Amino acid sequence: MKPNLSKARIADGALHLVLIVWAVLVTLPLAWAVLSSLKTDAEIFASPWSLPAAPQWDNWARAWQEANIGRYLLNTLIVVGGALALVMLLGALTAYCLARYDFPGNRLVYHVLVAGMLFPVFLALVPLFFVVDQLGLLGTYHGLILVYAAYALPFTVFFLHAFFRGLPTATAEAAFIDGCSHTGVFFRVMLPMARPGMVSVGIFNFLGLWNQYLLPLVLNPDPDRYVLAQGLAALAVSQGYRSDFSGLFAGLIIAILPVLLAYILFQRQIRSGLTAGAVR
Amino acid sequence: MRHGKYRFLIGALAPPLLLYGVFVVSPYAQAFYLALTDWDGLSAEAGLVGLANFADLWSDPLFLAALRNNGFMLIVVPTATIALALFFAACLTLGGGTRRRGRGVHGSGLYRILYFFPQLLSVAILGVLFQFVYTPGGLLDGLLGAVGLDGLQRSWLADPATALPAVTAVMIWSAVGFYVVLFTAAMESVPTDIVEAATLDGAGRFTVFRRITLPLVWDSVQVAYVYLGILALDGFALVQIMTVGPGGPDNATEVIGLTLYRSAFTYGEFGYASAMGVTLFFITLTLTALALRATKRERVELA
Repeated sequence: MKPNLSKARIADGALHLVLIVWAVLVTLPLAWAVLSSLKTDAEIFASPWSLPAAPQWDNWARAWQEANIGRYLLNTLIVVGGALALVMLLGALTAYCLARYDFPGNRLVYHVLVAGMLFPVFLALVPLFFVVDQLGLLGTYHGLILVYAAYALPFTVFFLHAFFRGLPTATAEAAFIDGCSHTGVFFRVMLPMARPGMVSVGIFNFLGLWNQYLLPLVLNPDPDRYVLAQGLAALAVSQGYRSDFSGLFAGLIIAILPVLLAYILFQRQIRSGLTAGAVR
Repeated sequence: MRHGKYRFLIGALAPPLLLYGVFVVSPYAQAFYLALTDWDGLSAEAGLVGLANFADLWSDPLFLAALRNNGFMLIVVPTATIALALFFAACLTLGGGTRRRGRGVHGSGLYRILYFFPQLLSVAILGVLFQFVYTPGGLLDGLLGAVGLDGLQRSWLADPATALPAVTAVMIWSAVGFYVVLFTAAMESVPTDIVEAATLDGAGRFTVFRRITLPLVWDSVQVAYVYLGILALDGFALVQIMTVGPGGPDNATEVIGLTLYRSAFTYGEFGYASAMGVTLFFITLTLTALALRATKRERVELA
């Protein structure tokens, strides 16, 4: 028994070594970016690993104000917050109606909605630009909110449809007998019961929308309304020319921080929320 | 029937369906029509040109370069990502020796937290970050210098030979962790008594993985193939932000999405761009069907 045990120890040690290599590979670029955001430009290019002589917090201030990262962050919060609220409300309502009510065309509506997940966004891109343009919504917050919500709808409905189907009927029946209206049953009985599903799909949608790049690039040409992803990409080009690398790294870290904080606080929910989408 | 059912249904379904119809269904439908025209976005009328746009695609060097590069990603990204993710997931769940059988190696929770994080970074952040990792004097060169491989240092994104692999590596780097978590969850649902029985019968860790774990998580692998295939057909944001040109050098990193975006919004060839969109749609559809077929195995069900 004894030699076997030590053999298992060695095998475990080897496993850890392999696992640590990938952990380092994942952390390294981020750690390097944090370090670089506190250095001067000269220090950045002298060596990737040297510590800054004195931490240059000024880089962060410059990124926040001059490079407009604060402004982009605010724009992103407005657009993503609005779209998330809209798609969760509409998606939950749609999924609930399709899952719990029998009416002619139910299956058709469901399939048309869910088919939206199969099409690449690139296919819609050109006509979408003109639709948004003709409605006068190009480069507006509400235009972007509507488009974001529309494209997040198929997955939301797909996910919540299965969830509403799985909920027990007895509570809703009782509420109806007590004289509750259809709207009342949805908001006061079914929606609270669907909370775990709403949280999962909400996290999934939030990150998906937060990370959007293609849609704002085409539909949001006004630099004052740039979302974070657009702002960073634009910054990478302009800072590159002005070679303010430390400012760019600071902007990058500011953009990562909110997501990192959310992940530290809710890492379990975030992981299960995102992977739940792939399992369904 | 209960009072007011249809009034409720119409009130609840009309807004989402209107939104979906205007911004999703109608653009998709229009795209198929626009692909048959030579519309430039300015003229009131679009001239029907039949399948001419599609014929032009096959003699467009830019589009062909894009097809080739997406093809490369399509082969490399899913294969490498799934292989790495399965390997790490197996390390996390099958390790730990007999005492911790079924619970995985020590600290597996911490590994999962770390591995998953890149999934949360937006493509724009990835693009900007890795542009500087690859830049001359950046992180990669610094690392190579630190281990004495100065000879390998180069301008990774400016060299046609290394630009595409460099972009592809970023896709793999950011995707692996997600699939480690997905596969680990699937592997943990494999009942421990089956694994124990096999171990008692003398099966080693590798045999257990190949004969028991892998068949039982195959559904997840199949899903991963489809998702990663779709990811590999895109690549637009990374290329647009990271590469020189973008799409360069020498079209070495051109991808279909970028060709489409440029034809439409730089050159105003909206009909031609739509034809690319339609082509991309059919490629996606075919690949999804193929991936589901090719990875089809006899499903193993635990009774």
